[in-house]
Amino acid sequence: MTIKKIFIAASLALSVAAAAYAEEQKAPAAGAAPAMSAPATQGAPAATAAAPAPNAAASVATPAPAKPAPAKKELKTNRTITIGMFLVIIAITMGVVVWAAKQTKTASDFYAAGGGITGTQNGWAIAGDYMSAASFLGISGLISLYGYDGFMYSVGWLVAYITVLLIVAEPCRNAGKYTLGDILSFRTSPKPVRAFAAISTVAVSTFYLTAQMVGAGKLMALLIGIPYKMSIIGVGILMVGYVVFGGMVATTWVQIIKAGLLMAGAFLLSVLVMVKAGFNPIGFFSTIVASPEIQDHVSKLVLKDGVILSGVDAGQRFLEPGLYLKNPLDQISLGMALVLGTAGMPHILMRFFTVPTAQAARKSVIIAMFIIGGFYILTTLLGFGAAIHLTPQGITSVDPGGNMATLMLAQQMGADIAPIVGDLFLAFLCAVAFATILAVVSGLVLAASAAIAHDIYVNVIKDGHADQHEQVFAARLTSFVVGACGIMIGLAAEKQNVAHLVALAFAVAASGNLPVVILSLFWRKFNTAGVISGLLVGTVASIALVMVSPNMTYPKVVAEGAKKVIVAMEKKQAALPAGQSLTEKDAKALAKAKVDAQQTGTSMVGLDKPLFTLKNPGLISIPLGFMAAILGALAFPNRRSEDMFDEVYVRQNTGLGMAKAVEH
Amino acid sequence: MAERQYDWKAIAKNPKFVELHHKKTAFLFGWWIFSCVYYFLLPIGAAYTPGLFKVKIIGVVNFGYIFALSQFFVSWGIALYYSHVANKDFDRLTRELIDELHL
Repeated sequence: MTIKKIFIAASLALSVAAAAYAEEQKAPAAGAAPAMSAPATQGAPAATAAAPAPNAAASVATPAPAKPAPAKKELKTNRTITIGMFLVIIAITMGVVVWAAKQTKTASDFYAAGGGITGTQNGWAIAGDYMSAASFLGISGLISLYGYDGFMYSVGWLVAYITVLLIVAEPCRNAGKYTLGDILSFRTSPKPVRAFAAISTVAVSTFYLTAQMVGAGKLMALLIGIPYKMSIIGVGILMVGYVVFGGMVATTWVQIIKAGLLMAGAFLLSVLVMVKAGFNPIGFFSTIVASPEIQDHVSKLVLKDGVILSGVDAGQRFLEPGLYLKNPLDQISLGMALVLGTAGMPHILMRFFTVPTAQAARKSVIIAMFIIGGFYILTTLLGFGAAIHLTPQGITSVDPGGNMATLMLAQQMGADIAPIVGDLFLAFLCAVAFATILAVVSGLVLAASAAIAHDIYVNVIKDGHADQHEQVFAARLTSFVVGACGIMIGLAAEKQNVAHLVALAFAVAASGNLPVVILSLFWRKFNTAGVISGLLVGTVASIALVMVSPNMTYPKVVAEGAKKVIVAMEKKQAALPAGQSLTEKDAKALAKAKVDAQQTGTSMVGLDKPLFTLKNPGLISIPLGFMAAILGALAFPNRRSEDMFDEVYVRQNTGLGMAKAVEH
Repeated sequence: MAERQYDWKAIAKNPKFVELHHKKTAFLFGWWIFSCVYYFLLPIGAAYTPGLFKVKIIGVVNFGYIFALSQFFVSWGIALYYSHVANKDFDRLTRELIDELHL
């Protein structure tokens, strides 16, 4: 059945593509703006990549403006093909939802797909759940602009899975049912522990979900020109649809499909990059070092630090650390949050309840590690490939953050074969980005709704006395509410800088959730007081530290920086020969700085400047979380919790008395 | 939900379980600590021994890049080794324990 659907989808895609191609043939001049596949900036010598002929013709046809118009370069997608690809993805996943909805009868079906997912399927789903658009587009973008540091940044995301594999996956499968609360409430007072675990889960999911939603809205606006609000509502409705009707089965399949598409896209693009490099990795790296554009880009980057580099030295510097990640303590702190936080992420923990046995849980983590690791290794080829073929200048002219590098590379690599291939490839990767967002947000909504419906409603309010029908109804209703809240937060946060929310989600998971999970699974003396103090201190400490960290906006600091820009720009103006004015870019920077210099006031919590200098609080908050959990447990010893440790320990090691198939 | 009642304390004292538990704890935490140390050598090394990271190994490819790449292979290696040991020893001990208890 699935194969049939894929077949139909594929033929649909082909017909849409054919239609789009025909349309383009008829109206070649439509859209006079120069196509994006020729990203070589004006003035920069097109050294490595000759602009594909059709685009070159297009830019010749455009009357050259007298003064360099600010015309910001953008990624030009072929609307028909791109929207066709989106529809195909939506159609396939909707088919899955309809099929999944029929199978979702019990709470176990809804939250854990009835435990009927195989290890291999779960491995792909974990990978699909984990690799967000930030890692798909962001990491290769970072590599394309900052070289080595971008690659180093991605390592922690894989190493995190060692903790998941060795410490949490199998015990969670054996000891839990649907949520974090299940694991923690085993030998403690269930009600308060579940309530706290649910609050922490909802907090982590909300931080992460908000960051994803805002990113999604901005990405869609950039990719296919859908307005921000429309894309949030569109993504939100689909996400709510998948979760409410299809529960964990549909969510899992959306994640599997997305992971498959993502790997296929990344692999294909890497092959194209390697073909250009003659399958010679050493030669590939030499090209980077030798590229004049990269050398120029690096020499400007290091100039900020007062270092003068040029030529091959600058090219080589691109392959060395320190262009992006400057503060080592911040870097270590982020690593701690990643390595320990992933294992405490509620949506990741939840994936282990979908498989039938601990063996399947283990297998799924191993498969996920190979997929995720393979993907991050490919991002080196994509990132460095983009730096070579598009040049860092070309990439930043489209998006200063480099998020479009992979997509631009796909279009260019495809266009080198034939223009239509470039458009198709770009449309394909846009659709993958879209599927990525859907897969990640669906997993988060499910985790948050499980915490509210299963922990708070069923186990705290109803004392565990709710029949299957009522449980499923509660689960669907909370998913709907959580999804609706996600849409509203996404709409409200349009203008906010949400990057710190991802750091916050990992920090809370690492400092609040993971210490109490590890201690409940492995420490005999752990008890209710320990769980509550650990969750409370870990969560509050991470949030408080982020609130006083450089992640927040400090108007006075902004104003100070702006004053420096004004001084620099005025100096530059004075140095110019009479009659000549600043370049467009510099003039803009000056105008912006003049506005910013007027800013006064304090940050959200009333500070003039950050109290705590690290962007990620993990270095301080993780030890605090562990200490609070241990001290809390030691201060209020509990005989019963100690006596029950044998049961917890035997269960998690053997799977005896596991909740498996209880309802079947 | 007719769950069997187990004598958890007795199982926990069973020599097979004790053996399983010792082997597992030593293995899991040992390798976990190893992987953490190996990982943190990367950011710490990049920050405090930049000279080492710049040493060219093959062509223009430097130690830093190879070290970062090695993180992937070390992680995969630990994962495969764990899966091998778990399939061979831990699962076998668990099965024997369950058989012995007639569960």
